[in-house]
Amino acid sequence: MQNSLREERFSIETTIVNILIILLMSTGVLFSLVTALGLIRLPDVYTRTHAASKSSTLGVLCVLLAAFIHFWLIEGIFNTQMIIAIVFLFITAPVGGHLIGRAAYMSGIKVAEETVRDDMEGALKEQKKKLMDNKTTEQ
Amino acid sequence: MMMFYWISLIIVSIGFTGLLFRLVKGPTIADRVVALDAIGISLVSIVALLSLIIETEFFLEIILLLSILSFIGTIAFAKFLERGEIFDRDNNR
Repeated sequence: MQNSLREERFSIETTIVNILIILLMSTGVLFSLVTALGLIRLPDVYTRTHAASKSSTLGVLCVLLAAFIHFWLIEGIFNTQMIIAIVFLFITAPVGGHLIGRAAYMSGIKVAEETVRDDMEGALKEQKKKLMDNKTTEQ
Repeated sequence: MMMFYWISLIIVSIGFTGLLFRLVKGPTIADRVVALDAIGISLVSIVALLSLIIETEFFLEIILLLSILSFIGTIAFAKFLERGEIFDRDNNR
């Protein structure tokens, strides 16, 4: 209760911080919505991975940054775990998307009909050929 | 300001529902894993918004925990899809 009373104080600094928080939070929420839209509408596993890794990372990054700024500049709590979480999410979320896409291709899921070119097929064939050559030379 | 946080939470929850739709419907397993990964990330932002609404800083530890768990789960699922097993065993020793 005391916290909310203290927050009601109208000063120019609080207003500026609130505008910053509103901007960051709006961006984050918008990108979260775009993630759901992409996951529902896109035709393919690979395009869905694209939507789920990039836009959701940016969205959660903006929301966490807004929460961090709120706790730091309004409530006066400098939380280090938030920074670690932001950096960790920024590194790992695209890596997870890449891994899922690779695993989906390896397990033989077809690409969508609208796909124009598929570079992975040629690369896989080359790799397999190289492996076979190595085996024959060893024997 | 509190009203703004509530509206943000409602919009993120609508997105969460869309991800749940893909998790239930998804034609292949990879679709479901992608949806699960996005759900884990979306849950992090829901927890951050909740801690802003309830005005407590104790929820912030859950954020780091959830992001780590989501990443490990995604990697385990990806390895399972690729090889059929999670831990590699070396039988030729």
